Amino acid sequence: MGRLIRDMILPRLDRGRLGLLPDSVVLSDIRGPIAYTTDSFVVSPIFFPGGNIGSLAVHGTCNDLACSGARPMFLSLAMILEEGFPLEKLETILQSVADAADAAGVEVVTGDTKVVPKGSADGVFINTSGIGRLEAREIPSAARIAEGDEILVSGPVGNHGMSVMLSRADFSFDFDLESDSASVWPAVERLLELGPGLKFVRDPTRGGLAATLNEIAAMTGKEVLIEETAVPLDKAVIAASEMLGIDPLQAANEGKIVAVVEKGLGERGLELLRDCPIAHGAALIGKITPGTRPRVIMNTRIGGARVVAEPSGELLPRIC
Amino acid sequence: MNPEYEPLTARALAGEIKDLCASVTQTVRFMEVCGTHTMAIHSAGLKSFFPENLKLVSGPGCPVCVTEKRFIDHAILLARHYDACLITFGDLVRVPGTFGSLATLRAEGGRVRVVYSPIQAVEIALEEAPRPAVLLGVGFETTVPTVAATLMSALRKNVDNLFVLSAFKTIHPPLRILAAKEDLHGFLLPGHVSAIIGSDCYSYLPADFGKPGVVAGFEPLDILLAIRDLIRLTVEGFPQIVNDYTRVVRANGNPAARGVTEEVLEPSDASWRGLGVIPGSGLTLKGPYYRFDAAAHLPVEVPQAEDDPRCKCAAILTGSLTPDKCGLFGRGCTPEDPVGPCMVSSEGTCAAYYKYGAA
Repeated sequence: MGRLIRDMILPRLDRGRLGLLPDSVVLSDIRGPIAYTTDSFVVSPIFFPGGNIGSLAVHGTCNDLACSGARPMFLSLAMILEEGFPLEKLETILQSVADAADAAGVEVVTGDTKVVPKGSADGVFINTSGIGRLEAREIPSAARIAEGDEILVSGPVGNHGMSVMLSRADFSFDFDLESDSASVWPAVERLLELGPGLKFVRDPTRGGLAATLNEIAAMTGKEVLIEETAVPLDKAVIAASEMLGIDPLQAANEGKIVAVVEKGLGERGLELLRDCPIAHGAALIGKITPGTRPRVIMNTRIGGARVVAEPSGELLPRIC
Repeated sequence: MNPEYEPLTARALAGEIKDLCASVTQTVRFMEVCGTHTMAIHSAGLKSFFPENLKLVSGPGCPVCVTEKRFIDHAILLARHYDACLITFGDLVRVPGTFGSLATLRAEGGRVRVVYSPIQAVEIALEEAPRPAVLLGVGFETTVPTVAATLMSALRKNVDNLFVLSAFKTIHPPLRILAAKEDLHGFLLPGHVSAIIGSDCYSYLPADFGKPGVVAGFEPLDILLAIRDLIRLTVEGFPQIVNDYTRVVRANGNPAARGVTEEVLEPSDASWRGLGVIPGSGLTLKGPYYRFDAAAHLPVEVPQAEDDPRCKCAAILTGSLTPDKCGLFGRGCTPEDPVGPCMVSSEGTCAAYYKYGAA
């Protein structure tokens, strides 16, 4: 175990603190309130187009911090390895952790590694917890959402979920499609310029855009209205979703945000995101309406309207 | 069509539908036979275009939904008794049987391989040999030719551990039963199935039952156009079969595909969930292909299966009830924890109502 840490982990992740291997790390350089979060990663398959469990574990936790208006700063990294997990795969994962952390501007400052007998875990599980410095003057919260507020999404949706689905063993289609896994802090940071005009931020991970919008409706008790033609989708995602019979609005994202901004500030929000590298294709997709029921309605491409329901169940391909 | 013009065309068609409906006092009820139509109608929000007196009900055209619980039991028993590997389409995995679903079987260590095309079955059988590999044969005229072609290839390669558990079904026998129902005024006919069987073969609908049928494609405009034509034929009192999906469906269908099916399978009686046993509505392996018949060559005792008496799938499949009128809908029965197959299948009526709302 000592060798694993010395030879594989520290050379990749030590940025000055980790190598001292203290029982716990002392962080004295944060001023003001912090945000603190944790998440566990058990993705299958472990490697997918555009990333792996390592990059995902960094981005997932950083993005939870970012959505609270906090700049991600420090991470812990705990790995549970199944006995016999190939070292070269572990090296690739650790390198992805390092690259993702560097790109996100966070430092892995403490960690843990355990090996469990074969069959007790599926390859590798990772938990990360994160600390971020609160930079939002008013913490984004659903409680501040009001009628007329506008809804932005930071780019095309469904790429992560769809590419993971496609990389699962039983599919052999070749789509030019990658996970969007990335830290969303640069997008959140730009939107903080809106001050109190930024009401709510969420990363639409599991359950995709549909789950996040339904969450907004449920938390506010208000109706959410979106336009099908305004929701950005990559062509490969549309093609894959038609093949598999899976609604791209229900497919997970790992590098996108949904933001609710004050009425009239939607266009300004888009301008702020314009030069942000992780927010290409950002769009204004809808608004909070005076509807009587907490639900999500979508005006369809053809001019009809339908409910966007809360996703549930295992995603499976259709039969005919 | 340029997507920009779609909403305009849709509005024009919706206007015609409204005007035609306004010219009759009664409620007009049409059945969309095919599950893919059910999904497309909900996904595009087409029901928001329709006037009050136009109702669309879903039919028995979702292969998973009309498959009996006992079929799942049969498959699981084959896996248990013969250590068979089950080859299936994804939709079937979570359909509950008497002793769990295929997902349960897999969790217990059983072998369940999900395929997108039955052609993969030969390859899988070779990988799994000598263990028997059983392809779960669920589907209509569209799916069957591919399975038949797979078996022709298996016969040539002399693959001796591949079997098919057949619950294949054909659309005409149940359609004749439904056509006799007085509260159904016309049929939105399936696009994919018709690509194989053609549009001429539905002539009994107007001839014997005085009801119109329109073959429709799956784009929102295809469906609106077909519904407008159905209403026009109904209002004008001039029932006939119209093919609105001519870019795919020919009057005589695809004789080559039908030939492959006829080479390998022959009509037999089949049991439908919600409709019971319908003579001549199933397909059984024949001649040299009988050797692939799982039911014949891997015998197991399959007990009668009891459906949950609260589950209304049977009434929903025959258009007598909409899902929101079932006491279990959204409460005891959800896509995550389904009771009936209409909630499991991605093309099931209950799943469509649940996913896209009843509106």
